[in-house]
Formats: sequence, C-alpha cells, structure tokens
Amino acid sequence: MAFQILLNFFLAFLWMFLQNSFKGKDFFIGYILGLLIIFGLRRFFNSRFYLLRAAAVLNLVYIFIKELLLANWAVFKVILKPKLDMKPGIFAMSTTLETKWEVTVLANLITLTPGTFVIDVSSDNKILYIHAMDVPDVEEAIDGIRNSFEKAILEVSK
Amino acid sequence: MTEIINVFAGIFIAIGALLSLVTALGILRLPDVYTRNHAASKGSTLGVMSVLLGAFLYFYTLDGDYNSRLILAIVFIFITSPVAGHLISRAAYNTGIPMWEKSVLDELKDKEKHEKDGLKREKQ
Repeated sequence: MAFQILLNFFLAFLWMFLQNSFKGKDFFIGYILGLLIIFGLRRFFNSRFYLLRAAAVLNLVYIFIKELLLANWAVFKVILKPKLDMKPGIFAMSTTLETKWEVTVLANLITLTPGTFVIDVSSDNKILYIHAMDVPDVEEAIDGIRNSFEKAILEVSK
Repeated sequence: MTEIINVFAGIFIAIGALLSLVTALGILRLPDVYTRNHAASKGSTLGVMSVLLGAFLYFYTLDGDYNSRLILAIVFIFITSPVAGHLISRAAYNTGIPMWEKSVLDELKDKEKHEKDGLKREKQ
C-alpha cells in the first residue's frame, strides 16, 4: 500500500516536470492522473487498490467517534440513575486478529464502547479480558464486537 | 455566519463542562476502581475533547486564528486516554484490588488456565 502511494507521488512529480510548472495545482492534477493510472494497472500490484484501504481507515475513524458518543451516553445514564443496580464483571473473549497493531486498535475500540473496557490481554494476544458494566448480556456484547469492530479492522488489514 | 459558529462553540464548551461534571459525580458515586474507570476514561475524554473543540472554534471566528495545536491536542487525548484507563485498571487488578461485592463474573482469575488449554466457553 505504501508503495502505491509513493508511486502516486512520483507520477505527480513527473507530471509537474512534464508541465514545467511547479505549483500546488499541477501537483494535484498530476496526483489525480496518477491515481487513474494506478487504478488502471491495479492487477499488477500485490495489494489492493489503496483508495479502498483508505476508505476502510475512514470507516474505522467514523466507528471510533460514533462509539465514543454512545459510550458517553451509556455512562451518563448509569451515573445519573438513582439506584446503583448494574452488575459489573470481567469476561474473556477470544479474538481472531493476529498482528499487534490490530489487537491494540481493537482494545482501544472496546475501551471506547458503551460499558466495556479491556483489563488484560493474554500473552499470546489471543484472549482479551474485558470488564463490563452489565454482564448478563455477555454473548451479545461479544457478538457485537465481532461483527462491527473485528470486521472493520480486518477490512483495513487485508 | 460567525455568530452561528460562536453559538456552536458555546454549545461545545457547555457540553464538555457538563460531561466533566458527570464524570466527577461518577467517580464519587460508583463503588470500585473498575466502574469508576468506566466513568473516568470515557466521560472525561469526550468532555475535554469538546471543550478544546469549542475553544478552537471560538478563536477561529474571533480573529481567524487557525490554531492547529488544539486539533493535535484533541487527537492526542483521543489516542492516549483509553490506554491510560486500561493501564490503571490492569495495575489495580494485578495488585489485587477487589471488585465490588455485587460483581457477578470474574474470568480473569482463570488466566493461566486459559493460556494453557485455550478458552473453553467458546466451544460450548
């Protein structure tokens, strides 16, 4: 992916040299043209067309912000409830993510999810230990994490 | 136009202050380290972030000063505060701070067993 971006920059500079004009405008036009060329030649690269991956990263940022807002609303409700009747607890969840940065991003996302945060990660990065504000719906929470976050992170890394 | 942005800045700062207040109430009310950490790591993150965003918008409309340091501060807080919450609660667990007596589940105490035989519950 980094190689495709670098190649795109190189093509943009090539365009500037061909025009013999070195302004931000020419760089931008060259970058768009280079993008079209890379899109046309995408089957010669090992990884995906890099804009797809950039879109996946933007999707991840959107999920981060949305979860932060929802989490604050959930904490707000628990704190301002007159009776303290939540049932906290720690549950374990196995993850299919492999590299370290994927697990780190997943842990950060879980920490910002309503009612959960990560206490510990097993030494082989396979099991996350999550403290939840309300335990009874553990399976539901695990499913939710699997379907939304793990999928979004895998979309970035594949 | 600048008036509208000013109103937005005011709203952001008010929401941030409100969230910080609720976080402080949560730290007073909730029973143990872990649940307090829920309040502290989420509430204060968004609270401080929206105060900073309000300040950014205010100075932007006041004298057109595009202060990128405030944006950077927002990003830094967003990245670091969940990690800080995680580290504090992990340190608390490893030094043996007990959970609230009404807690219903603790699977972290089986950590060594999980590492040896894998997580059993998933197969049932």
